[in-house]
Amino acid sequence: MIIIFAVFLLTLLVITAIAIVRAENLFVAVMLMAIFSLLMAANFFILDAADVALTEAAIGAGVTTVIFLGALSLTAENEKKVELSRGVAMSIVTATTLLLIYATFEKPKLGDPEAPVHQHVAPWYLSETPKLIDIPNVVTAVLGSFRAYDTLGEVFVVFTACIGVLFLLSAKNPADKQSRRTPPESIGLRHHLIPKVVGRLLFPFIVLFGLYVQFHGEYGPGGGFQAGAIIATGIILFALLEGEKTALAAVPHSVMMAMVAGGALLYTMVGVVTMFMGGNFLDYSVLSSNPVFGQQMGIILIEAGVGITVCGALLAIFHAFAARENY
Amino acid sequence: MNPTEHLAALQVVVPFLAAPLIVLLKAKRLAWAATTLTSLLTFCIAIALTMGVLDGQNYQYFMGSWPAPYGIELKVDAFSAVVLLIITGASTSALIAGYHSLDKQIGAKRQPMFFAAWILALAGLAGIVVSADAFNIFVFMEISSLASYVLVAGGPDRRALPAVFKYLIFGTIGATFYLIGVGLIYMMTGTLNIEDMGVRIADVADQSPVLVAAGFITVGLALKAALFPLHIWLPNAYTFAPHIVTVFLAACATKVSLYVLFRFDFFVFQENLGGQQLHFTFFFLPLSVFAILIASAVALFERNLKRLLAWSSVAQIGYIVLGASLVSIAGLTASVLHVFNHAIAKGSLFLAVACLACHIKRLRLTDIAGCAKAMPWTMGAMVLAGLSLIGVPGTAGFISKWYLISAVLELGGATGVFLTAVIVLGSLMAVIYVWRIVEYAYFKPQGKKPAVSEAPFGILAITWIVAIGNLYFGINPELAVTLSESAASVLMGHNK
Repeated sequence: MIIIFAVFLLTLLVITAIAIVRAENLFVAVMLMAIFSLLMAANFFILDAADVALTEAAIGAGVTTVIFLGALSLTAENEKKVELSRGVAMSIVTATTLLLIYATFEKPKLGDPEAPVHQHVAPWYLSETPKLIDIPNVVTAVLGSFRAYDTLGEVFVVFTACIGVLFLLSAKNPADKQSRRTPPESIGLRHHLIPKVVGRLLFPFIVLFGLYVQFHGEYGPGGGFQAGAIIATGIILFALLEGEKTALAAVPHSVMMAMVAGGALLYTMVGVVTMFMGGNFLDYSVLSSNPVFGQQMGIILIEAGVGITVCGALLAIFHAFAARENY
Repeated sequence: MNPTEHLAALQVVVPFLAAPLIVLLKAKRLAWAATTLTSLLTFCIAIALTMGVLDGQNYQYFMGSWPAPYGIELKVDAFSAVVLLIITGASTSALIAGYHSLDKQIGAKRQPMFFAAWILALAGLAGIVVSADAFNIFVFMEISSLASYVLVAGGPDRRALPAVFKYLIFGTIGATFYLIGVGLIYMMTGTLNIEDMGVRIADVADQSPVLVAAGFITVGLALKAALFPLHIWLPNAYTFAPHIVTVFLAACATKVSLYVLFRFDFFVFQENLGGQQLHFTFFFLPLSVFAILIASAVALFERNLKRLLAWSSVAQIGYIVLGASLVSIAGLTASVLHVFNHAIAKGSLFLAVACLACHIKRLRLTDIAGCAKAMPWTMGAMVLAGLSLIGVPGTAGFISKWYLISAVLELGGATGVFLTAVIVLGSLMAVIYVWRIVEYAYFKPQGKKPAVSEAPFGILAITWIVAIGNLYFGINPELAVTLSESAASVLMGHNK
């Protein structure tokens, strides 16, 4: 049964991908991308990767769609026709695809317990996590402790992306100078009854769910990345409903920047503290006399850092696009 | 805590700690000062690591104290030490030189973000080099790439935007190819640690996913290293970036990709994949010959000073890859040596360009006509660095070309003679394109242009320090040669 469903989902995925490439209206393409992400999330879920599915749904289908729409409002709605011969590009893409298909000929079967990935590090993670860290979600243990340095790197990727977007969008556009009128007051969807009522009803639950995902990451799927994205989605919904100005009054720009920098700083500082307490970088065991408790404390702290940075970064990027739009 | 134990980690942790703080520094010039200090500190760490490596120490560090392959391992050997020195040294000297010009080119409100991006680019490049974990390298590749896109687009020149867009697309394709390759190898070996991969890949070496992975990783990294013919993103990105950013990136960015490429190929593939040595040579040798000849030829006819030097960079990448493609100790020594010496030569050339740019707005060759009279010190440094780029005896460039030619002649036969001819021909073309700069600056009459004067003292001083480095390492090459030789034996030691 699950196989039929998986094949159905993958077929839809391919159809959506082709539709995205063929779509000439960029709004349509953005909407299709959101559908693509949702299908992807469902696929991840079928493959038992609940953490990844949650991330894909929150970021891929949620936040990026809003940011794409923000970018879209700064440009034209339709794709520009370019008269280029696509022969070379098409042949390179085809060759790459064929190579990738060739690579799958001798790959281990899906879910094969004899596959190399299930024979080497994975069993160690599964058997040692209860002893060393004692949390039920092994994915969180791997991301938060065994490979915490990678996760730190990913937080800095988000951080870099955020300051990059803010930096580029803060450039003065010389062409705008003469034609700039007073920016129209953005009033959001306040006058539309149904979005207003539904949105206001949803908002507290979205934030509550975000907090649940944040603090429940050790037990169930979720963690800082997903929680940060979900809370940011809630606040962006608020901004869309009530207008950007009201949202900025609630979470001003300085707070967002403090969040972006503060979360990354918190994460790094946890590592530095463990160094000063005699361990290696990000060795949480030294944080407490009981190493297992030290590990749990470390994971909770760094997950908080991840959530704060991701939430701040997504909000800052959204507002940067929204502010640009008002020129 | 004993800092010497943590040196490998500190190389990344120090800039990571600084980046979020720099974003919040609003006061004028404070962001620049903090960035320069941090960069200087990482330079000191790199020097300490290099001295330790020369003493025979092997730096191995387990993040979170988890043993490899379960956790992430850092490792610094002679090869990493050379590249770390280049990265941190280039960043520090570029920042000191940029005191005036960066302040002029970037609005005060945007400076904290720009400098944070700078320090993140530094952290990302250093993180790639110290890491011994294939996926971790990808994470830091993302950081360094994103940050360098921001840096290239940072200046007031709007033409940088299309250039950086191209750079972004190519960089993303390169990184994705690398990730696909790493994913396939993970699927077949169950590990992400590079040394561990080298051990476990032996059983599955002849299966299709591993073969495809080798292809994807090699092509992806060659794309990021701007190896001919995958270089087309490079000339415009270097030309339209702020001059100080060009100094930083031209000295080290492509070399870090070459570092990963060599490390992966020599540690994981060569001893396991049947015939990989031959494939490596057959793939890279012709490309490097084309890179040397074609890119040098394009530089001959280039009219813009910065783009001329950027094309020369593409040619120099050819020399570096040529050495490695011989798969011999002598070849790799020459290759690593050229990584080091070219960084000094190209770094000082672009620093001299930044000096010129203090008073000359556009940098076509005709714009610098006759400027040597007004800017004797700037042009002096440029000539010195140019001699090193050509490979004139007494300069650093000569040492690496000498080693390269001896490595090529070791092959013997017609191939050896042919490759020697290619190197000599490439150097002769370098004589011509360096001469064109000299000719315009010294022997063409100055047109009706506003008078120019010498660059400020600070930037001139740093330019000369780096330019004299060309002479110093040309006369005392022991340090660079020792490091390169042990780097080569580290790489070849994995390839019995």
